[in-house]
Amino acid sequence: MILRTTLLAGVALACLATTGTAQTLRWGAARDINSLDPYSYGSTFTISFLNHVYEGLVRYDADLKIEPALATEWEVMPNNIWRFKLRQGVKFHDGAEFTADDVVASLARVSHPDSPLKGNLPAYKSATKVDDYTVDIELVGTYPLLLNDLTNIHMFDAGWLKEHNAEVPTDVAKKVEGYPTFNANGTGPFIVESRVPDSKTILVANTGWWDAPKHNLERIEFTPISSEATRVAALLSGEIDFTEKAPVQDLPRLAAAPNVKVMEGNELRTIMFGFNFQDKLHNGEPNLFKDKKMREAVGLAIDLNLIRDKVMRGKSRVTGTVVAPAIPGYDPALDTPPAYDPEKAAAMIKELGAEGYAFEIMCSNDLWVNEEEICNALVSMLTRVGLAPRLNIAPNAVQQVKLTNGEADMFAFGWANEPMLDSYSILLQTFQTKSENAGVFNWGGWSYPEMDKLIIAASTELDREKRLALQSAALKIVKDESIMLPFHQQPMAWATSDKVESVVQLSDNKGRHWLTRMAE
Amino acid sequence: MIVFLIKRLANAALVMLVVALMAFMIFRFVGDPIQLMVNEQTSQAERDALRERLGLNESVVMQYLRFVGNAVQGDFGISYRNQQEVMSLIAERFPATIELVLMATIISLVVGVPLGVITAIHRRKWYSEALQFVSIIGVSLPSFVIGILLILVFSVMLNIAPAFGRGDVVSIGWWTTGLLTPSGRAALILPSIALSFYQITLVMRLVRAEMLEVLRSDFIKFARARGVPAWRVHYSHALRNCLMPVVTMTAMNIGSLIAFALITETVFQWPGMGLLFIQAVTFVDIPVMAAYLCIVSFIFVALNTLVDITYALIDPRLRNSKA
Amino acid sequence: MTVNLTSPGLLTRIRQSDLWWSFTHQRSAVLAAILLTVLIVSAFTAPLYAPQNPYDPAQLELWNAEIPPIWLEGGQWPYLLGTDTQGRDILSAILYGSRISILIGIASVVLALIIGIGTGLVAGYYGGIVEDALMRVGDILLSIPTILIAILVSAIVRELLPPSLRDVGAGGVLVLAIVLSGWVQYARTVRAQTAVERRKEYVQAAQLLKVPARRIMFRHILPNTLTPILVAATLNFGMAILTEATLSFLGIGMPPSQPSLGTLIRLGNQFLFSGMWWIVLFPVMQLCLLVVSVNLLGDWLRDALNPKLR
Repeated sequence: MILRTTLLAGVALACLATTGTAQTLRWGAARDINSLDPYSYGSTFTISFLNHVYEGLVRYDADLKIEPALATEWEVMPNNIWRFKLRQGVKFHDGAEFTADDVVASLARVSHPDSPLKGNLPAYKSATKVDDYTVDIELVGTYPLLLNDLTNIHMFDAGWLKEHNAEVPTDVAKKVEGYPTFNANGTGPFIVESRVPDSKTILVANTGWWDAPKHNLERIEFTPISSEATRVAALLSGEIDFTEKAPVQDLPRLAAAPNVKVMEGNELRTIMFGFNFQDKLHNGEPNLFKDKKMREAVGLAIDLNLIRDKVMRGKSRVTGTVVAPAIPGYDPALDTPPAYDPEKAAAMIKELGAEGYAFEIMCSNDLWVNEEEICNALVSMLTRVGLAPRLNIAPNAVQQVKLTNGEADMFAFGWANEPMLDSYSILLQTFQTKSENAGVFNWGGWSYPEMDKLIIAASTELDREKRLALQSAALKIVKDESIMLPFHQQPMAWATSDKVESVVQLSDNKGRHWLTRMAE
Repeated sequence: MIVFLIKRLANAALVMLVVALMAFMIFRFVGDPIQLMVNEQTSQAERDALRERLGLNESVVMQYLRFVGNAVQGDFGISYRNQQEVMSLIAERFPATIELVLMATIISLVVGVPLGVITAIHRRKWYSEALQFVSIIGVSLPSFVIGILLILVFSVMLNIAPAFGRGDVVSIGWWTTGLLTPSGRAALILPSIALSFYQITLVMRLVRAEMLEVLRSDFIKFARARGVPAWRVHYSHALRNCLMPVVTMTAMNIGSLIAFALITETVFQWPGMGLLFIQAVTFVDIPVMAAYLCIVSFIFVALNTLVDITYALIDPRLRNSKA
Repeated sequence: MTVNLTSPGLLTRIRQSDLWWSFTHQRSAVLAAILLTVLIVSAFTAPLYAPQNPYDPAQLELWNAEIPPIWLEGGQWPYLLGTDTQGRDILSAILYGSRISILIGIASVVLALIIGIGTGLVAGYYGGIVEDALMRVGDILLSIPTILIAILVSAIVRELLPPSLRDVGAGGVLVLAIVLSGWVQYARTVRAQTAVERRKEYVQAAQLLKVPARRIMFRHILPNTLTPILVAATLNFGMAILTEATLSFLGIGMPPSQPSLGTLIRLGNQFLFSGMWWIVLFPVMQLCLLVVSVNLLGDWLRDALNPKLR
């Protein structure tokens, strides 16, 4: 149920406030957020939206450098303990004071065994209150990236969680709704006024925010519009002020419209394709992709430049490695895509006896930029060199289950290294052999012990240069073995109406409307 | 009469039980609900415990009975996708769909009835033939095409009506309405026109057919012979006689309009039950699919039963015919 | 119904029939018939002359993507109506897509006719419990809006099919989804008519002569119920094509690898605002022409066969 009091208050406000005033930002998003509970779903988009409402101990600044937020300073103590000093005088939206108890309760909640987000805090062991404004966080071992992880671990009010019986993450199986799924109480720059899932979520500015606001917004009206055409129509007719996903094929049209501004850039997210490494394909046939030669042949058959020029309208950046240049650990020496050579690919496939080899390519139709078209193009390119791929395409929520079960023969994959912004993220979560906390996204089931050694060594290496060298060495194995075929860094394209004066767009492709200014 | 009533209601109840069985089968046999709920780190023991807790180890009959019992109380469980009670999800969307459907029904009557009368009276005139032809195009255009065209012309080219959503709404109790705000009324225009298109042609054709029949009848010929003015014969005598079937069809069609609205809602991103259902279908959100099926069928069956009973009250001969 | 094409005088009989007179005297019906013939023939002969086989991914060349129709600047032979974003020739795609739409339409109408007529005859002829049971099943199916049944069936059956069969079976699933509620109408009509005919003297005479029930039903009763069935079947053919297009538009019909007209419209709809109007407009036009011509024919047939309107 929606919070009734808020809803009624919202009605009163809706009657008074005329929409479309200069201080209301109408955000037309490509998709809805999954929940108001940042711990309920490991979705980058949901978490980035909830960053308007909830905050972490630290945050990224406009250069993606870590800066203090709810913690003011920190130091590393012996025995893998980090001590955080908390900001004083911070109030939650319901007026409660932010203290060490809240940090302990929030960390306990996010690291609970049922929490889908526990992988975002891999080295966490426990947290203890030292005094009202000091917290000690104990880690399982030496770990260099705790601060990066903490940027997206949002702080709840301990009393509020307790009052609403939400101290553990929401458990669907109990057949009860989680209170935080529909209600929010953070410390952030905006307060949730009302939410109707799939329809509208309204935020109002938090006048009691601890930080000096740089924005001049009073309200944010967030509306998911999943159809690309409708979203473009809404922008052109001035019904929305902002979208974080303007379709690339409509950018010329949008840019030409007098009342629309387009903001483009390259995202940190790299799109790639991975393979199944099990003995059999999902259809029970022997799996030829275990052979490195086969994976290389597939790589040679793909014309990456053509995909960039046609499908991505020249807006993507073709890449030879699985991380973007801005990600620490990136090595320019690895960034050379294989030369497109369909004849050689066809010859190799013939040699491997893989002519007419039938397999399934698994893609989503709602995740990456023009993913459906990339996958269609891939099917026709691979068909032309003698393979017989079949496309399996559905919404990500449906595909996710199959991917995690290892049912895909070849699959589309995208990784932005968020929120860590370090290549350790993809190495740990995707390329390391599947085990307790590692290889959560190792959907192909590959295992390279020599690479695992490098990754594990990096996880405890406190010297940044040495650590990045280890990670680059691991990334070289990824490339040499063609475990995944990197395609491109996808473009990000935002569009705003002429009512918006300025929006801060960083390469992590997240809306930060606490920095947005509307024309007065 | 009482026997007829009981028979009719029993029939409706039987239909609903079967619909519930279908909904339950979707629940039970499409995908493993456990698989959809857990994440990859969940151990086998935890999965088994979950299975036990959800009652998936009981016999299928027991599970069905429990499903019906819960459904009657409006409990369809929790949406896998939204993690919200399905019933409250649907209750939130219900007013949006009903407003859209009622508006489309009103438009179809206001436009369809006069057109039907005109094409019947001036049967051989060129404009009647033209209207007949246009009405065939009306039933031939899929409603998503109409929606796309309306958006293209009126939102993008002319920029006079919103292309999506419901505008601002005002809550009255649990009901929300867009009729009381300017943006809400504006947002209703295009979707209701798109939805009414097919219905207009149906009404028009029905009125035309009924009128043609009535105009042939003796009492009209008699009225004409008596020198009653033509417009009175047409609009007062004849039209009144063919309103009953029009009202009946309109009432019965509200059920299918609610179902059909899901296409319009998808095109216009109208936050009604249909959009919820389509999203549930693409995300395999089974509790929502099952609940939507039950609720729309219930409205459909209830309307049909109501119409039957009303008819029987008016015309006692129908009571003995097969229900 | 058995029509002996070789029997002499058939053509003359057709020419002298009321139906033929009414047909040749209604321009729209003639036009619709010609149009429909052209559409069907062109769709089924497409593999002979279409510039491309849009189902063969090897023939799609990304280089040739987004070429406008030939009369516009940048248009290229042989892409008369231009290409889509995958380099798929729009003309070929439309022709192949129509073929799928028509096939699904015909298959679902024929299947619904078989089931509906069979059920109706049996129910009407035997009456009693058989009739009650069969008709109750129909009642229940009619208690759920058609489009809802179609969506649920296609979504669920597809989910239950093994992945490798999903593309191949997509057409079959759609036919099933449409037939499931489509047969009831025929069954009801036939049953009502059969129940009336059964009491007539010729049937009772046949029964006395111990003519088998099957023979009585098919040779004697059925031909008398065919007129309303024929009209309904024509109109339902148009409805089936629309239902298929709607499901494909919603993304639960034909997959993009074998696009029907609805799938093409869904894919093209994304490019409505980017200036590539031909990707969506031509499939829309083809779909409308197809359904309009079917409905015009059906409409004329209904009026022509309705004795009241003569």
